[in-house]
Amino acid sequence: MDQLLYRIVTPSDNFATIVLFVLVFICCYAAFKQMRENDKRGTPREAEQSDKVQTWPYLVRIEFLGALAVMAILTVWSVLLDAPLEEPANPSVTPNPSKAPWYFLGLQEMLVYFDAWIAGVVLPTLIVIGLVIIPYIDFNPKGNGYYTFKERKFAITVFCFGFLILWILLIVLGTFFRGPGWHFFWPWQEWDPHKIVAMASWNWPEVFGVPTRTIDGTIHPLGFLIGMVTVLGYYGIGVLYYFRKKNAEWMKKLGVVNYGIVAFLMLTMIALPIKMFLRIVLNVHYVWVTPWFSV
Amino acid sequence: MLGNLMEKFRKSDVYKSIFRHDYKDTQRNRALQILDNVWLHLHPVRLPRHGVNLRYTWGMGGITFFLFIVLTITGVILMFYYRPAGEYAYDDMKYLMNDVPFGPLMRNMHRWAAHGMVITVMLHMFRVFLTGSYKPPRQFNWVIGVVLLLLTFLLSFTGYLLPWDQLALWAVTVGTNMAAATPLLGHEGPFSEMLGVRMDNDVRFLLLGGTQVGPAALIRFYVLHCIFLPIVIAIFMAVHFWRVRKDGGISGPNQ
Ligand code: HEM
Repeated sequence: MDQLLYRIVTPSDNFATIVLFVLVFICCYAAFKQMRENDKRGTPREAEQSDKVQTWPYLVRIEFLGALAVMAILTVWSVLLDAPLEEPANPSVTPNPSKAPWYFLGLQEMLVYFDAWIAGVVLPTLIVIGLVIIPYIDFNPKGNGYYTFKERKFAITVFCFGFLILWILLIVLGTFFRGPGWHFFWPWQEWDPHKIVAMASWNWPEVFGVPTRTIDGTIHPLGFLIGMVTVLGYYGIGVLYYFRKKNAEWMKKLGVVNYGIVAFLMLTMIALPIKMFLRIVLNVHYVWVTPWFSV
Repeated sequence: MLGNLMEKFRKSDVYKSIFRHDYKDTQRNRALQILDNVWLHLHPVRLPRHGVNLRYTWGMGGITFFLFIVLTITGVILMFYYRPAGEYAYDDMKYLMNDVPFGPLMRNMHRWAAHGMVITVMLHMFRVFLTGSYKPPRQFNWVIGVVLLLLTFLLSFTGYLLPWDQLALWAVTVGTNMAAATPLLGHEGPFSEMLGVRMDNDVRFLLLGGTQVGPAALIRFYVLHCIFLPIVIAIFMAVHFWRVRKDGGISGPNQ
C-alpha cells in the first residue's frame, strides 16, 4: 500500500496521468452514450437543440461558472500537492529509470520496440502527418456536428484505437508500470534495480533457423531476404487489398493516391502492436536487419 | 439615497462614455452586451442551443484557453523570482518554494495548470474528432489545431527543464536524445555520416547549444518557453478562434 502511494506521487507529476485517465474515461462514457442514443433515435439530439439562444447570458454564464470551477480545482490541487523539486541537476548521476515528461511516455515506450530513429523521429512525424490529413481523406459527409458511431464506424474505430490504446494507455503504462531498466513492474511492487529479464535474444529469420549474420559478421543473404519479404509483404497487404476493392464505391471516391497514404499510415500504426507482440511473446528483436538500418 | 446616486451616475456622461447601453433585459441589450465588449465580441451574438450544452463540447476548448491565461499570469509572477543561469536556477526554485510568500502556490498552480492544459487540449481534439467537427468547412481549423497541440507540448516540454533539478535535466535529456537519432541530421541517425554530421553539429546540438543538456540549453529553453512559444501560440489561437467564427460558429447537424 505504501509502495503504491509512493509510486503514485513520485514524482508528483504522476498525478497528472491519473487525472488524464479519469477524464478520458468520463469523456468516453459520455460520448459513447450519446452515440448510442443518437444512433437509436435516428435524428441526433443535437438536431433538436439547434434553435438559437442568446450568448448573453446562456453561453457567458457557463463560461464564467466553468472558469470558477477550474480555478477552484486548480487551487485545491495546488494547496494539497507540491510540484516536484528533486536534487540539483547533475549530469554525472543518471537516475534509473530516466523518464520523459508523462505526455511523451507513449513515445518512450515505443523505444523498446523500435530503434530510436523510428520510435523517436519517424513515427512521431507520421502521427502528426496522419492527424493533419484526417480532414482531407475522410470524405464521408455524415456525422458532421453530432455524435454517431453507426455512420462513421471505420473512422471512429481507427481513431479510438490510436488515441485510447496507443497514446493514452501507453502513457499510463509508462508512468506506473515501468521501473529501473524500463522493466515492467506492478505499481504495488518494489522496484528491484537488479531485475533480470530475458533480453530479446533473436531476430525474425532465426525463428526459422536462418541466421541474421554470417560468422564474419556480415549480413546473411537468406536472413536479409526473409526480413525483406516479411516487411515488404506486410505493406503488400495494402496493395492486395486495393486490387480486391478497386471497384468498390468508396475506393473510387478515395482515389488511389489517397488510398495509398491511408493504407501506409494504418499499416504502420498496426505495426506497433504487432512488433510489441513479437517482442514480448516471441522475444524477437529485429524483423529485418540491413547494413544501414534495422526494423 | 444610494439608489438615487446610482441613478444620477447612470445618467452622467462618464457612465455613458464607458457603457454604451443600459442593462434592461431586452433582446437588443443582450446583443449589445456581446457586441460592445472587446472581450466578449469574439462570441457570436446567438448560437445553437446544443453549443452551450456541456455534453456536446465538454467545454474543453474553452478550458484550454482559460488555463493558458492562468499560465500567463502565474508564469509572469514566477519570472520575477527566477534566473535562467546554471548557477542560480535551482537555488531560485528553492528560495521560491521555501521563502517567497505564496511562492509554492504560484509554482504549483503554474505546474498543474500546465499539465491540465496538455490534458484538456488532447481531450478537445478527441471531442472534435468524435463529433466530426473537422469535416467541411472546418478542415483547415483542424490543421491549425494540430499546430496548437504541438505548440502546447513544446511549451510544456521547454518549461520542464527550468527547475534545473534531476527530474528536469534527465527528462529533457531523454526527450532531446531523440533528436540525435534523426535520419541524416542527427549524429546517431542512419545515413548521417554521409553528410558529415557529428555530435557537435547535428540538430540536437542546435537545440541544446551544446553536446549535452547544460546551461546553454537552459537559457535556450527559457527564452523559447517565456517569449517565443507563448507569442506563437497566441497568434495561432487568434487564428483558431477567428476561424471558428468564420467557419460558421460551433459545428452542428444543420450545416
Ligand atoms: C491551445 C489549444 C487549443 C485551444 C485554446 C482551442 C480552443 C478552441 C475553442 C474555444 C473552440 C470552440 C469550441 C469548443 O470549445 O470546443 C475550438 C473549436 C475547434 N477546435 Fe480548438 N483549440 C485548441 C486546440 C485544438 C486542436 C489540438 C484541434 C484539433 C486537432 C482543434 C480543432 C478545433 C476545431 C476543428 C474546432 C471547431 C469545432 C466545432 O466547431 O465544433 N483545436 N477550439
